Amino acid sequence: MAQRKSTEASRRDLVAGGLAIAIAPALGAAPAMATLEEMNDELKKVIGKAVLNKGRVKVSLPELTENGNSTSLAISVDSPMTAADHVRAIHIFSEKNPVPYIARLGIGPKAGKAQVATSIRVSDSQTITIVAEMSDGTFWSGQGATEVTTPACIDDSDRPK
Amino acid sequence: MPLAGIHSNWALSLSLVESDMSYPSRIVMPATAKKGQAVEIKTIIQHPMETGYRRDHRGAVIPRDIIKTISVTYGGAEVFAVEATQGIAANPYFAFHLQADETGDVVFMWTDEKGDVTKETRKLTVK
Repeated sequence: MAQRKSTEASRRDLVAGGLAIAIAPALGAAPAMATLEEMNDELKKVIGKAVLNKGRVKVSLPELTENGNSTSLAISVDSPMTAADHVRAIHIFSEKNPVPYIARLGIGPKAGKAQVATSIRVSDSQTITIVAEMSDGTFWSGQGATEVTTPACIDDSDRPK
Repeated sequence: MPLAGIHSNWALSLSLVESDMSYPSRIVMPATAKKGQAVEIKTIIQHPMETGYRRDHRGAVIPRDIIKTISVTYGGAEVFAVEATQGIAANPYFAFHLQADETGDVVFMWTDEKGDVTKETRKLTVK
């Protein structure tokens, strides 16, 4: 008798769990992917009224990303890195991630070399835009593209299939 | 999760120390440098960088939990500062350069969503 009760309970749990899963997508937890316009809006917040020049920024991103949860990104900016002329910050932008402004890396003349690296998430195959903010107030940009075979951010590996 | 083997292992070990105020970190940098030399510093911290987009097995949203800022000072002045979002991969890795000026402490500080701070200090001897 007791055994039957526990079976019933587990079946009820299963039904409730199934319901929760069925309702879950409707509640909207899955992030909306950003668009190029959204990225440009974020970019404009950073550069203000300044002009975005092309060049001086070298972006190294693997052509193929096996897993969007982590892809290596290396950036180097052509700058003497002196007190008078240096890179103030490096901004990382994504055209497709749910959050288009990935990170701001503040550096300065004490870096000696404008060369940084990190690992980012990529929700889909896309172009990553890097903006370098110089001490003279100018902005320079470079891009790197990668193709993703397994995207991040929409990970549902924890959900029962 | 066949593709995230190493990350899931780290996440597991992290869940055991969740109540602690700091996370395990690793810093790679030379102990000595010549004056004027730009040395490379590599840092990594074991943190899940939970995006806030995932759900647990019951369908409940797992709240966002990320490293929000990283600050590195050398001789008291800030030399590297990161403002991060969930777009930075789990176990945030950052490499940057530092020009050896004079012997002093390089202090690394990671601050996460909950305000937990992980602090590490390394000495850079300048010859």
